[in-house]
Amino acid sequence: MAFLQKFLIRTLYAVILLAAVLVLNFSMMHLAPGDVADTISQSMGGADEEVLAQIRADYGLDQPFLVQLGRYMGNVLQFNLGYSFFYNAPVTDLILERLPATLLLVFTAQILALGIGVVLGVISARRPNGIASHFVTMLALFGYSAPVFWTGILLLIAFSLKIQWFPVAGMRDVTIEGGFFTHALDVARHLVLPVITLGSLFLALYSRLARATMMEVLGSDYVRTAKAKGLTEREVVYKHALKNSLSPVITLAGLQFSAVISGAVLVEAVFSWPGLGTLAFQSIIARDTPTILGILFFSALVVIAGNLLTDLALRLVDPRVGGKR
Amino acid sequence: MEPLLKVENLRIELTTRAGVAPVIDNLSFELGAGESISFVGESGCGKSMTALSIMGLLPEKVGRIASGSITFNGEELTTASPKRLRDIRGNDISMIFQEPMTSLNPVYTVGEQIAEVIRAHQGLSRKAAWNQAVELLDAVRIPNAKGRVSDYPFQMSGGQRQRVMIAIALACEPKILIADEPTTALDVTVQAQIFDLLNDMKRQTGASIIMITHDMGAVAEMAERMIVMYAGRKAEEGPVEQIIEHPRHPYTRGLISCVPHIMSSISQERHALTEVPGIVPSLSDFGQNRCLFASRCNMVTQKCVDERPPEKPFANGQKAACWFAEEV
Repeated sequence: MAFLQKFLIRTLYAVILLAAVLVLNFSMMHLAPGDVADTISQSMGGADEEVLAQIRADYGLDQPFLVQLGRYMGNVLQFNLGYSFFYNAPVTDLILERLPATLLLVFTAQILALGIGVVLGVISARRPNGIASHFVTMLALFGYSAPVFWTGILLLIAFSLKIQWFPVAGMRDVTIEGGFFTHALDVARHLVLPVITLGSLFLALYSRLARATMMEVLGSDYVRTAKAKGLTEREVVYKHALKNSLSPVITLAGLQFSAVISGAVLVEAVFSWPGLGTLAFQSIIARDTPTILGILFFSALVVIAGNLLTDLALRLVDPRVGGKR
Repeated sequence: MEPLLKVENLRIELTTRAGVAPVIDNLSFELGAGESISFVGESGCGKSMTALSIMGLLPEKVGRIASGSITFNGEELTTASPKRLRDIRGNDISMIFQEPMTSLNPVYTVGEQIAEVIRAHQGLSRKAAWNQAVELLDAVRIPNAKGRVSDYPFQMSGGQRQRVMIAIALACEPKILIADEPTTALDVTVQAQIFDLLNDMKRQTGASIIMITHDMGAVAEMAERMIVMYAGRKAEEGPVEQIIEHPRHPYTRGLISCVPHIMSSISQERHALTEVPGIVPSLSDFGQNRCLFASRCNMVTQKCVDERPPEKPFANGQKAACWFAEEV
């Protein structure tokens, strides 16, 4: 089972990478000025050096760096990401509570951007001077240049305040009663604007790349062969050309996973989406080190998982990737 | 009897940045059922354009048939609907290309790529088409066809890929097989195998073959009749043996003298390789009312520069477009 072996090796790499991420994150947070003791003393209305030292001793902050790091790594190994002094809850609970909301936002945006991007790319590649082609160019310009939070606020003003199609903030309306579908529909309504905001940037990226690769593939020898077989235009484009032009787009989408997550922080802040982004934003302001570290850890996890998924998807699309020989 | 394929006064124009150039200028020829004909000439002389125009596959928006007609079995192809052309392509007329390494789709198995053309034209079920693909793979002499049918192109050598292309082209037993330099990208021993295979296939299916090449050896091996092209025009046409024995166009004579003789290597003295001096005229010179070969010809006179020479027929079936064909 060469495939299983490869998968195991990849997983091993992923674990090593994750450990490296942990060490780096922890070191960086340690290097930054200020710590939890400052935050706690501030919330108490100020404290003298003695009390500060006491707090640091209580939380083990007076120990040497390596000892602190070792303790932290040991805790993470037991799935314990520490305790948030700001939220007064275990970090793992905090994150797991908000992870689904972020995953929902991120994956919906990614999948929609990918799907629509590829379709737009294909249409515009077939007619390089058509309306769709110009639209892709415009979209790319807009997507690249408009900051996510600006797009978000603009959409909010237009579609929540002026035309009241979509809710302003949050993920669900607590006043709504009903079954599963009513709630799902409610979440979907809340999801529309954040997804458009987050997805537009990536839609621009993907549609441009899909257009370029599709144009290249349409001029290739095997597409000529497909035409020479007497296949219909539809078969030539959607069977022979499309599958070949997918690999670069999937690769890019995999690489963009981290950007999608950091984009999610901004989008969640704008739309008060109750996900990891909002949590990250608040905990950074509160200097809640364990929570920040936990979120960084989880986003690293999501990125690595995304890369593994990308690898799998590439194998499905292109037999040469697997090295089947 | 009506020939299988008849091309009359064909003119193909290519739109380039410099303007419109006739890459095929007043070309006429006929192809009988079961006949093999070969197109010879340097790169850019219009061999491949002729093939693509018969297939209805001229590059969109760049090339177009300006005038003339192509009739297949009495049916006009230049005005046929796209649907009708699709029905003919890969079914009645099929084509093998020059680049076996890139002509197969890398992400589908060879079996799927063979079965696909059978399904498209013969409406067979998936399973029946697949079984036929195995048989075809066996027919083009790929060992262990049953095992190799689910291989991807990247798992095959260049020669094997060209065999797969041949299997695709012959899958629907076409009446005409166009082979556009099918062995150029392959090494010499594989070339010979491919020619053998094509000849065997032709014998079995009775297909006519249009062979495009710049290799005189391939012509002698594959074709009964040959057409020499130069700068989009037919320079000479006739039975292969007679042309090789006595070319009637200075260009043909030059081409034949370029082929190094196997006997010369035995003698002590080494002959320098001969060449046709000069280069092919650029696209912008195509279509002028003069002999386009004049700038490279050692028999050139004022007449050649003043007027395009007409085609002169000879009693043995040879035809040559040269003012001095009798004297060559």
